[in-house]
Formats: sequence, structure tokens, C-alpha cells
Amino acid sequence: MPGAGRGRGMIGSLLSGDTPRSRVLAALLALVLFALALAPFLFPGTRALDVAAKVCVFILLVASYDLLLGYTGIVSFAHTMFFGIGGYGVGIAMARLEPGWGALLAGVLAALAVSLALSFLIGLLSLRVRAIFFAMITLAVASFFAILASQLSDLTGGEDGITFKVPEALRPAFRLTEEPLLGVALGGRVLSYYLVFVVSLALFLALLRAVNSPFGRVLLAIRENDFRAEALGYRTVIYRTVANCLGALVATLAGALYAVWLRYTGPNTTLDFAIMIDILLMVVIGGMGTMYGAVIGATLFVVAQNYLQDLMKLASGAMQGLPLLPQLFHPDRWLLWLGVLFVLSVYYFPYGVVGKLRLMAVARALRRPPP
Amino acid sequence: MAEPLLELAGVNTHIGHYHILQGVDFAVPRGGLTMLLGRNGAGKTTTLRTVLGLWQASAGAVRFEGREITRLATPAIASLGIAYVPESMGIFAGLTVAENLALAARNGAPEEARLQWIFRFFPALKKFWFLPAGLLSGGQKQMLAISRAIVEPRKLLLIDEPTKGLAPAIINNLIEAFTELKRTDTTILMVEQNFHAARMLGDAAVVMDSGRIVHSGTMRELAADEALQSRLLGLSLDVHA
Amino acid sequence: MNPGTASAGEPLPRAKTDWVPPLLVAGTALAGLAFIGSAPTWVTLTVAGLAMGLLIFIMASGLTLVFGLMDVMNFAHGLFIAVGAYIAVSVVRLFAPAAAADSFLANLGAIVPALLAAIAAAGLLGYCFERLVIRPVYGQHLKQILITTGGMIVAEQLMLVVWGPDMLPLARPQTLRGAFLIGDIALEKFRLAAVVVGLAVFAAMLLVLNRTKLGLLIRAGVENKEMVEAMGYRIRGLFVWVFVAGSALAGLGGALWGMYQESVTVLIGAHMMVLIFIVIIIGGLGSVGGCFVGALLVGLVANYVGYLSPKIALGSNILLMVAILLWRPQGLYPVGKS
Repeated sequence: MPGAGRGRGMIGSLLSGDTPRSRVLAALLALVLFALALAPFLFPGTRALDVAAKVCVFILLVASYDLLLGYTGIVSFAHTMFFGIGGYGVGIAMARLEPGWGALLAGVLAALAVSLALSFLIGLLSLRVRAIFFAMITLAVASFFAILASQLSDLTGGEDGITFKVPEALRPAFRLTEEPLLGVALGGRVLSYYLVFVVSLALFLALLRAVNSPFGRVLLAIRENDFRAEALGYRTVIYRTVANCLGALVATLAGALYAVWLRYTGPNTTLDFAIMIDILLMVVIGGMGTMYGAVIGATLFVVAQNYLQDLMKLASGAMQGLPLLPQLFHPDRWLLWLGVLFVLSVYYFPYGVVGKLRLMAVARALRRPPP
Repeated sequence: MAEPLLELAGVNTHIGHYHILQGVDFAVPRGGLTMLLGRNGAGKTTTLRTVLGLWQASAGAVRFEGREITRLATPAIASLGIAYVPESMGIFAGLTVAENLALAARNGAPEEARLQWIFRFFPALKKFWFLPAGLLSGGQKQMLAISRAIVEPRKLLLIDEPTKGLAPAIINNLIEAFTELKRTDTTILMVEQNFHAARMLGDAAVVMDSGRIVHSGTMRELAADEALQSRLLGLSLDVHA
Repeated sequence: MNPGTASAGEPLPRAKTDWVPPLLVAGTALAGLAFIGSAPTWVTLTVAGLAMGLLIFIMASGLTLVFGLMDVMNFAHGLFIAVGAYIAVSVVRLFAPAAAADSFLANLGAIVPALLAAIAAAGLLGYCFERLVIRPVYGQHLKQILITTGGMIVAEQLMLVVWGPDMLPLARPQTLRGAFLIGDIALEKFRLAAVVVGLAVFAAMLLVLNRTKLGLLIRAGVENKEMVEAMGYRIRGLFVWVFVAGSALAGLGGALWGMYQESVTVLIGAHMMVLIFIVIIIGGLGSVGGCFVGALLVGLVANYVGYLSPKIALGSNILLMVAILLWRPQGLYPVGKS
């Protein structure tokens, strides 16, 4: 938000002036950045790297959704569709063409084009109908797309999806240098990871730029009171459509990144409604309208998804013999607890973790005696 | 002097950030018709809605028959014997004329004598009895809205611009009906921009500007004083649509 | 500007009933006959379509009425459907011998308790849901969408805790299994029963809405809540009961749908939600009549296309929705909100 506390200086400029404004939050963000930047070296093993890559992709995906929900105030259930378009763009291109960088680029560009067209149409629709109507329609559109993807199996591989080869440098067998660095072999997987990490980071910073620009401020004004914004001379039509398209394009790129990492794309990894729910959970728990909320929410969620279940298995085992409790803590029920956290967030922490941390920082600052 | 039926004391109303009523003080005496006048945007509709509890007063008090009603919910206020005819008429287009009146008659079916009275002034309602109210013309809808307010005896009628957008013939019809209505026990607080109608019907005149009362007196006084009229309302009471 | 009250000689305007949507249903049926060709197959499919449509109507009617009256869109509506279905499974199991018996009356001894239990459980859950989840977010559409979606996730998980992730069978009662054979035409008994129940529910709803004071209040409230309050009625007190009724109907629909499918999973509600949204959008948000026509259309289309071209069957209803919205953007019977 414009106003007090805008950091400038090198880090401030990198973050487009949108600093964490809370020491705890800044520490957490730094921790996440550090962990992700050095993941191959800090966390050996394929599973850990997988989790790190997924965190990067979902931070980006959730941030792009925050642009729609948190900044523009639009609830859309069609976001996974764009995620899927990115994935399938890469998958189809790499499966049908010579799997090199050219094919990858072609796939990504084609996916971006399709997403742009669709998001433009959806954006126009959102302006003619009420929010609830719009949410319901995006639900139907997303379902339709998922059906299409599973039915056009010649093109999309149907329910099984598409497994494909990636460019040479990203393949597991590839070695950048013969000698390992810091005990880690610089192979295709590590290079893949850094591709995902660097692109995600760059796009995240770009989104931060977008929401802290005059464009972003108008979006916030529209979200607060669109009649007023219109009266002040802003064509809300245009702003909403641009926000829609931008969010969709970034989601598409996130989908492409994820497909490159997994070397696979399919309905389960991209179009499942469960993923849409996950995004909602992440953005609300993390904090809507903050961008950093996406970082906190996605990290929390993906880590929980992978490691909390182990914890729950222990707890469930310890409770054997008691009625109902073992099932409540069964690792498959981890979504129950996140769901409860989500509902509590909407009621009691409408600004999510990030909002709460910032409020606490402000409260602390107010309690300090003036100089 | 007898206790006023309705009293507003220092009423302030905010709608969002806008401070519409900025300390409204006036009283409506029992019986007769009090006309609430003023330019567009003066706060006349807001005053009626605040009395009815559709908008909450942020400060001040509204008293009906000596009892404070400021914090009561709208249905409770209406049950005390207050009826409302909004500017938009508020008729239910999907319900028939009969159903609209049935709903308004809270204590069972409308009384026969009352219905006859209504049909005498508004014969169209009898014709359209079983048809959806949405098919009525603008003037007929207004007649239905007013009929709903009087289908049962009420102590106070709040009426917002009944003649708005209607043809002169219909306006005269309404004036006749209101004149007749004034002979009953009902007290009326009416907002009007049509000065001809205001002059014909009003006993007392209360003028608002920018959320405050700027004049209060008899209609006869106001009608006689042209200078006062143009100062308060910018228009002579003799000019009518 | 009107010229004055209608003089005695002028004819009264007639209340126009919009017959186009029902004709659309008939038209769809005829188109189905044209494409399918074989009359016996068409009859079977049409009965299936009507049965499915009417069951969807039972499930969807509560949702559209709640939206029309309370301006609340409950994305967790599928929860009541699922609860109804699961309760029916449990109760039918209790009365298994009666359900398996060869007498219709004995079967009723199993079905009626099951349906009543489904209605009661869903209604009770609806009451709790309205008080705890919906009430705090009246009027805030964004929060409503988020909260009800969240509520659905939590509830789905709780159902998995209680009933487990496996698909549970829900057998049709013995006397309603199989089909009547009339010449070449096979009419499934359960589907006919579903049609009867569906029409009965529709008739009951119309009766309440059009012939009772309660119905009058609801119809008026859907148009203009504020005016109803200004007339002295505490209509907000009605909200929770309309919500409970809608949830109870969803529970009934869920139980019947479970029997129609002969199996129940946690996702039974979620799967129906897309179809239900399509139906109430087609019908017009807030219109019970529109919901009825929309449901019949969706049921028929799903069955005809399912037979003709299974691949596009799932998507056909979404295309139907788009087609209708292009023709009437507010749905078949838009509710005029003052």
C-alpha cells in the first residue's frame, strides 16, 4: 500500500517498494528464499528437491491468483485451467516435436496465446454479471476444460497425461561439470530446479512490480468501490480485463515450469478441482492482497502436504483403539485440518498470516515511545 | 399543546462516508398532513427511511407517540402502526393486486368497507384484481402502493413523492384521495416536489436543506410568502408540472 | 407517461405466461426422437432423463430459492446431498430385510424411514450450517464463496472420517428393481417412482408458494425484502427455515439419487454441484419454475447425448447453458428484483 514505510535502496527497489513491513515476516521470507535458493545443496535427496520445486511453482501460481482475488476482488474457479494450458502446451509440443529448446519455446508461446484469448473472454464476461454468477460460470468452464482434456486423448493423452523428454541440459543424465560442487553433482535435475527457481523468482518480482505500480493502485481502488473508480474516470472494464489476462498468463507460465520439472503433464497435476481448492486455501491462509501471502501460504501448504502427513501417521498410530480419533488424524485427512484453518482464517484472520504479522508489527511500533 | 405523534431530535444519519442528515429537529403533530419539502438531495428521503429504521441514525433520537424507536428494527417500527410508500412504490410485480393487498393486511383479510373505499378512488385496482401488479401502469402502481398503506388503519403514513412522474389527471385523482384520507384519523408525513400538490394538501410545512431543517410553519404562511418560497425552494409554489 | 386509468371499455391485458421454456423441453424431446430414431429406446431414455431431471430439481430447488430470498449462494450445498445419501445407506442397512422383501408395502417400511432420516439429518445440518457458517457473512458475497467452499472441504473430510473412502452400495428396494416391459419399451420401475416423487415435490412447492401466506411472503421477499420488512414482517426470521427446507430437499434428493445410482461416495454431492449450478443458472437464479424447466432440459440432454455420443455427454450440458445464456442472459425465467 502506498504511504508510510516504503523502503527504497537496493532491496527496496527490487521489491518495488513493497517491503515486508514486519521483522518476523522479513525473516520468514528471507528464510524461504535462502532455503529455495540453495535447496539442492541444503536438502539432499530427490523428494526434498521435488518439494522445493513444487513450492516455487505454487508460490507463482498462488501469487497470480492473488492478483485476481486479493487485488482485483474477482473470485474465479477457472485458474487451474490456465495452469493446465501451460502444462499441456509444453507437453504436447515436447511430445510431438523434436524435444529441444525450440519446441519448449513454441509450446510455451502457444499456451500463452491460448490463455490470453480465453482470459480476455472471461474478463469481459466478469464485467457483465454479478460476482456469484461469475464464480459459478468459471466453475462450469473449468469443468468443461477438464472434460475436454480427458476426452481428447489423442492430443492430450487423456486420463494418463503426457510423459515427454525435456531439452538435453535438463535431463537427469546430463552433467554440467564432471566434478560435483559442494558434494552435489550438477546434473540435469539441479539445472531444471534452478530454471524453475530463477523464472519463478523473476516473475514473482514482476508481479510485485505490477501491483505496486499506478495500475495496481487503480485495481485496489476498483476492488474497494468500483462505482467510485468509474466515476473518477477509470475504465474498470479495461483494468479488470488486464488483471485477468495478467493473472492467467503468469499461471500459464507456472504450469509450463511445473511440466518441465515433472517431465509430465496430466489432468491430475494441473486441472483437478482439488488444486483449485488448494490455491484458495494458500491464498487465504497466507493473506489476500499481499503477494507475500502467496509465499507463506504456498510454502506452508506444500511442506505440510508432504511432511505433515508423516506426523499425522505417527499421531494416528498412537491413538489406535480410541473411537474416531485415529481417523481424524489419519494422514489422508490432512486436508481436514487445513480446511479448518482456512475457515478460521476467513473469519478471524481475514488478512492471513502476512496481515496478522504486519498488524502485530504496527501495534508494536505504536507502543514504542516517540523519539 | 398535544404531544406530537412523531418527533425527531438531533437526528444524524451517515450512509457510508456520507453525512446526509446533520441534526434534524422537527415534530409531526397528530392528525393532518405535514409536508416535507426541499431541493433535490436535501435529505428528505433519508429522513423518512431513518424514521422507519431502514437506515440507522448515527446520533439523535426518533420518538413515536413519546416512545423512542431509534434503535428498533424496521418490522418492529412498522408494527407500531407506521406505513411506508417509498419513492419507488415497492409493489411486488410478480404478485397479483389482490395478493399485494392481502400481504399488506397483516391482521387477516382486508376489511370490506376499506376495500370499497379504495375501489371508489382507484377503480383500476378492482379491474386488475387478479392480474400481476407488474402489468399496471405507473399511476396505477402508485395507487396500489397507497392502497396497501391504508388497507388497514394506521397511525402514521410516510409517503415519498407520490406524484412523481405521473400525468396531471392522475395527480388530481391522488389529491382527491388524499384530501378524503385526511378526514380520517391518519396522520401523514409526505415528501413532495410538486408544489401544487403540496399546497393543496399540506397543513404544516417543514423545509429541509443540506440535511437540516431550515423552516417550519404552516403551509398557508409559506404559500402566501413568495419571497420565502424562492429563498427556500428556488421556485414558486404556483408552478407545477 | 400513461394517459390515465383504463376506461371501462378497454380490454384487460392478459397475464402472459411464458410458454417458450416448456416448449423448449418438448422440443428437446422431439429432437431427441429425431436423432435417436428408435422409438422404444427414445422412451426409455426420455423416462431416464425426466427421472434424472426431477431428482436434480429436488436437489437444486432449495439452492435457487435460498439465493433468491437471502442472496446467499451456498457452495457447500452438495454437503446436504451427500449427508442425505449416506444416512439413507445407513438406515436402509438397518431395515435390510424389509428392503429385500418382495412386497411393496414392506419395502416402504425400509424406504420411508430412510428418506425421512435423510430429510431430517440434512435439515438439522442445514440449521447448524446457517447459524454457524452463513449468518456471519450475510451480504458479503466474497466471504460467502470462500466460507462455503471451505465448509464443504471440512465437511467432506469429516464424512470420510465417519463413513470411509470406499464406495458404499445402496440397493434399490426389491419391488422397484427391474423394469416394466411394454412391447419393445423398457421402463425402469425406480425411474418411474422418481418421476412420481419429483412431480409431487414440485406440486407441493407450488402449492405452498402460491396458496399460503408463507409462500406469499417468500415470493414477495425474493422481489423486495426491504418492502416486506417495511410492511411489518420479520422476514429475516424466515431465512433460516427456508435454508433448512432447501437443505432437507437436498438430502431427499441425495438419498434418491444414491438409490438411482445404486452407490454412494463422498463426492456424490460435488459431482452434482456442477449440474445443479448449470440448472439454476439456466432457470434463472431465484426462480423455482425456471429450476424445474432447467432441470428437465439438463436431464433430457444428458441422457440423449449420453446415448448418442458418450464422449461429449459430460460437456453437452455446459454447452446447453452457454446457448441459453446467449439467448436469455438472466436465465429462462428471470426473477424481477425491484
